[in-house]
Amino acid sequence: MTPQPKLDLDPEVVRTARRLAARAAEPIIEMARTHTTVSVERALLRLAGLAGADADGRPWVNHLADAVRDQVGLEHGVALPVWDALLTGPYPSLTELAQDAARGRVRFRLPAGDDAEAARAAARAAARAGIDRIDRRRAERDRMLREVGDPPHPWIYLIVATGDIYEDIPQAQAAAREGADVVAVIRSTGQSLLDFVPEGATREGYAGTYATQENFRLMRAALDDVSRELGRYVRLTNYASGLCMPEIATLAGLERLDMMLNDCMYGIIFRDINPRRTFIDQRFSRQIHARAGIVINTGEDNYLTTADAVDAAHTVIVSQLLNERFGHEAGLTDAQLGLGHAFEIDPSLPGSFRLELAHAQLVRELFPNAPLKYMPPTKHMTGNIFAGYLLDAFFNLAGMMTGQSIILIGMMTEGIHTPWLSDRDLALENVRYVRNACGDLAEDFVPRPDGFIAQRARRVLAESVELLERIADDGLLNAIADGTFGVTRRPPDGGKGLDGVVERADGYFNPAIEILDDEDPHAAATDEAAHAQEEVPA
Amino acid sequence: MTATAPGSTAAHTPEQADTRQIIRPYGDTTGDGMVQLSFTLPVPAGKRAEAAALQLAEKMGLDPASVVHSKAMGPDFTFFIVYGRVNHLIDYAGIPAPPEREYPLLTAQEVNLAIRSALGRRLVVVGACIGTDAHTVGIDAILNVKGFAGEKGLEYYREIHVVNMGAQVSVEELVARAKAENADAVLVSQVVTQRNAHLHNTKQMAAAFHAEYPTAVGPGMGRPLLVVGGPRFDTVTADELGVDRIFGKGTTPSEVASYLVHVLLPRKAAQ
Repeated sequence: MTPQPKLDLDPEVVRTARRLAARAAEPIIEMARTHTTVSVERALLRLAGLAGADADGRPWVNHLADAVRDQVGLEHGVALPVWDALLTGPYPSLTELAQDAARGRVRFRLPAGDDAEAARAAARAAARAGIDRIDRRRAERDRMLREVGDPPHPWIYLIVATGDIYEDIPQAQAAAREGADVVAVIRSTGQSLLDFVPEGATREGYAGTYATQENFRLMRAALDDVSRELGRYVRLTNYASGLCMPEIATLAGLERLDMMLNDCMYGIIFRDINPRRTFIDQRFSRQIHARAGIVINTGEDNYLTTADAVDAAHTVIVSQLLNERFGHEAGLTDAQLGLGHAFEIDPSLPGSFRLELAHAQLVRELFPNAPLKYMPPTKHMTGNIFAGYLLDAFFNLAGMMTGQSIILIGMMTEGIHTPWLSDRDLALENVRYVRNACGDLAEDFVPRPDGFIAQRARRVLAESVELLERIADDGLLNAIADGTFGVTRRPPDGGKGLDGVVERADGYFNPAIEILDDEDPHAAATDEAAHAQEEVPA
Repeated sequence: MTATAPGSTAAHTPEQADTRQIIRPYGDTTGDGMVQLSFTLPVPAGKRAEAAALQLAEKMGLDPASVVHSKAMGPDFTFFIVYGRVNHLIDYAGIPAPPEREYPLLTAQEVNLAIRSALGRRLVVVGACIGTDAHTVGIDAILNVKGFAGEKGLEYYREIHVVNMGAQVSVEELVARAKAENADAVLVSQVVTQRNAHLHNTKQMAAAFHAEYPTAVGPGMGRPLLVVGGPRFDTVTADELGVDRIFGKGTTPSEVASYLVHVLLPRKAAQ
């Protein structure tokens, strides 16, 4: 359902903004299409089913990709050397090959002629099997949504973060029973800077729980149980960000996660991850998300925690337009673009709530079909939990009035500790009250034409167009280097992970990318839906 | 109600009256001792749960106590809000004045201003996790813009130039980079403590810097300021390690930034 326009935005200005965003994104997309990274290559190996790690926890995919890289380089991709070694050696599977490679016992080569053809065919079959598994997971989700039930917007989004997956599970189930539609398991601090994905079920983390394939599987299974119990599908969220973005996206697809944090610039700005690495990794991860039917969540809310939420309002819009462009190019539909924004204006500022309404309504109208993710106050939350509870209620109210789609539940103990069971319960009581009291207030809320809210929204849009013009002219990488977003300067050759970026050579081969570039990511799901409808008796 | 009138407690004997200052919590009357608290018990809601909550309140020194709110949170937990009169007395005069931080805590703007006016250039900070430690949690909490405990990291400070070398940096690499960047301060984080690796690594690092700058008079005078942080340094002193300062668990970026300003800038500008 398309929301009703209320701000009288000039459609020509909106078109100009999108055109400029596309122009700014184009060189970045071209770079992503002509480069690969260690994590993109490892993601292929994970898609092909290689899992597990050595006794020290170093994953076999890292061992294998590193061995190929050391011997023949990555510019042709890992697929040809790896499947050539698998076909010509005594290895029953990738695991044994990786184990031998870790011991330095495998001689990799770049095969030619018939050998190359054989390796190509084997690699294609392996990638296809992984993509098929992702397709099956997506069909499974669609089936559960039909059978169990899909909650209406706004979805209530709650965070769990104990560090121990076995504590997270009962907390997540309790949260679902109390009304959470989406459960996000926050990652351990610093995981984004690890150049490998930890293995197995984990019970220790710093202010969060490690994202691992096994943790994904355990939590999804627990939420499936509670979904059936509640008669409403509870979505699971994690983070496809950091140095292993493509691999984590792949694991999310394989284990039927439903939403993934995946911002085009977050890692660059806030984690000092190399800009080129980020954009290349991101395109692959978004292609996987598109295929898996995963809704991405972008991280524009973060800009407002460093920059002023009023002065920098337009940088949020600019980033959303860029995220939309990169997302569309990677095959994501509007319904998969959980663009982020936040309620972060200083509450002591006169008219702060009116400004919040203007910003939230502007985002709603610019992206009418996107499941917008609205983030609660964090920057101006203090140890005064009582005042914080009030601020969270105003946030919930703004969310209802402007028809936001995914509402992250604010905690009155924000910034004090990771949420207690009671913090979550009180937070849900808060949002339930507001939703019950005025869930449909968006129907009645029409800002006065040319009033404060409408004018503020138009001004932010105009500032966004100005900034996009500058970015399109100077180049996005230069804009990031100049500190345009979130104040921080990030040069294209700085930051972590640049050494994992490789320009693709002629003859680069990656069967996962072949499938993701060539096929409509939503074709299989559409067939399934059509098929399901046929099964419904008339 | 109890017989003792509020304020006129047994503590007020004539010979002690001028030195003791007895206080109790204040609800709406001096000496009423009223407090509010909330907590969760891992039991199903009901009369028995409330009795358990009251018993807990009693053991905490609340008498009388009343449960004003109890609510089931799922089948296995109950949330309580309890009010009660606390029977503990505090002699305020006996509370020692807390030790002052030897430097004032500054806001980011104050730090920037102090650096700008005293140095006329950006303060250079080189950070790393040394040895085999791959846990960049600590150094990233202090340096990354993302920060820690709601505070932005040092990268956020306009007047601080941060070089974060990341994890598993060798001492030689760190010394070389600190020299190349003309670092004012070197921040090292050590989380892994197996076989006291954090102590050995830090001593080795400090020794390397002292060897590299043999004529240095002190931190900021011929060599960079050496700062180490981590959760397990509470058994040693900075002197024993050869560093200038140890920061423990829970240190926030602004504490570090304020400390750098305090030590590295001429005193007048830091005020």
